[in-house]
Amino acid sequence: MMDAIARLGKNTLDFLASFGRASQFLLGVLVGVPKPSVGLPLLLKQIYSVGVLSLVIVVVSGLFIGMVLGLQGYTILSDFGSESAIGQMIALTLVRELGPVVTALLFAGRAGSALTAEIGLMKATEQLSSMEMMGVDPLRRVIAPRLWAGFLSMPILALVFSMVGILGGMLVGVEWLGVFEGSFWGNMQASVDFRDDVLNGVIKSVVFGFVCAWIAVYQGYDCVPTSAGISSATTKTVVYSSLAVLGLDFILTAVMFGNF
Amino acid sequence: MAQRTIEIIVGLFVLAGMGAMMFLALQVSGLSLAAAGSTYTVYADFTDTGGLGPRGRVSMAGVQVGSIESIELDRDTFKARVTLSINSDVNNIPADSAAMIRTSGLLGEQYIDISIGGDLESLQPGDNFYTTQSAMNIERLISNFASGR
Repeated sequence: MMDAIARLGKNTLDFLASFGRASQFLLGVLVGVPKPSVGLPLLLKQIYSVGVLSLVIVVVSGLFIGMVLGLQGYTILSDFGSESAIGQMIALTLVRELGPVVTALLFAGRAGSALTAEIGLMKATEQLSSMEMMGVDPLRRVIAPRLWAGFLSMPILALVFSMVGILGGMLVGVEWLGVFEGSFWGNMQASVDFRDDVLNGVIKSVVFGFVCAWIAVYQGYDCVPTSAGISSATTKTVVYSSLAVLGLDFILTAVMFGNF
Repeated sequence: MAQRTIEIIVGLFVLAGMGAMMFLALQVSGLSLAAAGSTYTVYADFTDTGGLGPRGRVSMAGVQVGSIESIELDRDTFKARVTLSINSDVNNIPADSAAMIRTSGLLGEQYIDISIGGDLESLQPGDNFYTTQSAMNIERLISNFASGR
């Protein structure tokens, strides 16, 4: 019994300590931005590996999710004879919710885990400590470009996801099931508002990108430098990012669309 | 990979993001690049606005000619005072026209339809619609029917 309480206390303290370290780490990275001449090429390289290489999975999933939404929406809406509202349903679901959230989940799985494993391996093979020995700050040289790359890529990926999803929904709704194209776009444009829907979706994806990238680089940087440590850090990245994204999504949705 | 190739690919990636943003802005949310043309304001009082909301559509003969600016309650008459902004190029609405609240489709959104009168004078900015017809309320219709009125 006492053991259990002691363990609980230790776990809580461990959690608090790790949260504290993560915040300190974030501050260090955000303050320590490298000079543009050095940092920009590094940043571009990371945007390439974090953002551009995630584009394929984002486009393919976006297309299929849009198509499924079109199909499901049509089945439900045609019961009420209002299948022309399908455009508005697809667009609102994608722009407000699925775009940012699913992209963030894919991003955590595709890019976040890779970031963690890469940084973890650098730590395990003592590349980070040799950098420190040479007087190069690994936070600036290695971590900062990766964090910023994730932060900058996520909104772009989410926008592309929403666009491809809407086009996929159009493919199913208009081309296949024969919803009139004019009412498809017309209903969509009448109900989607640029500031309330599109921009709020972008804000969501910015927040998610920040959280996912932060968790990924921190877990890599903080991992136990063994192969088991790297594997558990990678798992933690995906689990924590997914939970953080879904939890934050609820809060952001309540604030943005909650009407209270 | 050469630095230049990476730069080009990342440039394309960012362009794709901007393209998606433009698509969502123009095609999906129907934002138009042309600045909103000049409008003038007229008012209409309704006893019941139903589900009418700001930014709603104002149309004549099915063509959109303006939008709903705001809806507020008139404290003296207890009617809803709806402010309509009408495109300036539609400046010849007969003064005895009626504003009525209609629903597009069975479950669609509500909008204001202006039915044309025969007056030779036209509505001036700041004028009121003389006749209005409030939103059709299905519950009220049914209760009227059931009570035989």
